[in-house]
Amino acid sequence: MQAYLSLKTLLFYIVKEQKGEMNKVVKNAQTAIQGIKDGMTLMLGGFGLCGIPENCIQALVDAGIKDLTCISNNAGVDDFGLGLLLQKKQIKKMIASYVGENAEFERQMLSGELEVDLVPQGTLAQRCQAAGAGIPAFYTPAGFGTEVAEGKEVRYFDGKPHLMEHAFDAPFAIVKAWKGDAFGNLVFKGTARNFNPLMAMAGKITIAEVEELVEVGQLDPNTIHTPGIFVQRIFQGANYEKRIEQRTIRS
Amino acid sequence: MLDKHGIARRIAQELQDGWYVNLGIGIPTLIANYIPEGISVEFQSENGILGMGPFPTEAEVDADLINAGKQTITAMPGASIFDSATSFAMIRGKHIQLTVLGAMEVADNGDIANWKIPGKMVKGMGGAMDLVASADNIIVAMMHTNKRGKSKLLRNCTLPLTGVKCVKKIVTNLAVLDVTDQGFKLLERAPGVSVEDIENATEGRLIIDGDIPEMNI
Repeated sequence: MQAYLSLKTLLFYIVKEQKGEMNKVVKNAQTAIQGIKDGMTLMLGGFGLCGIPENCIQALVDAGIKDLTCISNNAGVDDFGLGLLLQKKQIKKMIASYVGENAEFERQMLSGELEVDLVPQGTLAQRCQAAGAGIPAFYTPAGFGTEVAEGKEVRYFDGKPHLMEHAFDAPFAIVKAWKGDAFGNLVFKGTARNFNPLMAMAGKITIAEVEELVEVGQLDPNTIHTPGIFVQRIFQGANYEKRIEQRTIRS
Repeated sequence: MLDKHGIARRIAQELQDGWYVNLGIGIPTLIANYIPEGISVEFQSENGILGMGPFPTEAEVDADLINAGKQTITAMPGASIFDSATSFAMIRGKHIQLTVLGAMEVADNGDIANWKIPGKMVKGMGGAMDLVASADNIIVAMMHTNKRGKSKLLRNCTLPLTGVKCVKKIVTNLAVLDVTDQGFKLLERAPGVSVEDIENATEGRLIIDGDIPEMNI
């Protein structure tokens, strides 16, 4: 079996070299973010600081791309994650479900420098999945009777009110996985999975940074979380800090 | 009067064997410490884990394993991990038997406000709006009054709502109350707390029917 797989892998690489296709591997974060321009909308995976694309965020900071609309569950902390882009005022609008723990964010929001659209977390997740699945809109009970419902269509199903919510539309999604291969297949670890597989589906161009890039065929097809079809660019990231936001120890 | 741990202990008495339970940030998180003997429940955290275990030891800390409060956690034997859409499918699809969350205000019709103080604090709703809109069994865990001594059990919420007519039960430092069509129905008093104390601390409509027993805690 092992020999068979190796042969298959070898054949794949020969075909790939000839056609120059399917190999989605790019050199690094700087290459991966090519094509992201000022004013674009980006989806960024992660929950808190868990499972965030650290390398690409730094590359966006370094490239000085500005006026970004960022769709991400959170906005990082002051000096890490999306907080790094906020510090440099590169984000024009933030679409998120929870933005506490970030003083600079709060300052920019209250002063009106930063536009903020708060979306219930389940709705945020579903708007990503819908985008990737070709479903333009859906109905959810979340937010009925609240500020979130303003301007939205309300429809009753089984006597219960629901809001119509639209799929996101983002040219780029940036996700972080544990392992991946040149086909773009991804495996996540622990709760670092969170929004990453959903955003991977949703991006027109999905960039995946992984802790470990393995040879095609090494990932067990039964355990792949994101099939490679959803990923356009992949690279092995470097120097992951994986900062912990609330280190809580059992006493 | 109860402290935060007392509130958590009283709510833990509501747990039933085999339930899937979502605990919010703050007092609700403490409930996991007081599961009654002989009862087995699984805790869900909405970022994407079912079977959340206790906080880790220093050696067990894993940056890739956190709860919805961003705290490091462990996974119990039999735990499962999934993406956030699957997580909220569990919530919206009513697969979770009990949701416990904190609140800034609850109205006597079951409205809840817990995500925003206009002009002062805007942290966001996180998963709270999805949870309260979908769950059939919602308990609010909170102090009866705020830091300025003002009642948090109101006729109408003054802060932006998280959900409408959704809270079923409230456990505070003073009392256990059900939310009914006629208002808050007083069920139990905390140890050493009188009915009058509760009346004084409750702004919304309060139904007092017969003798109100003290909590068995």
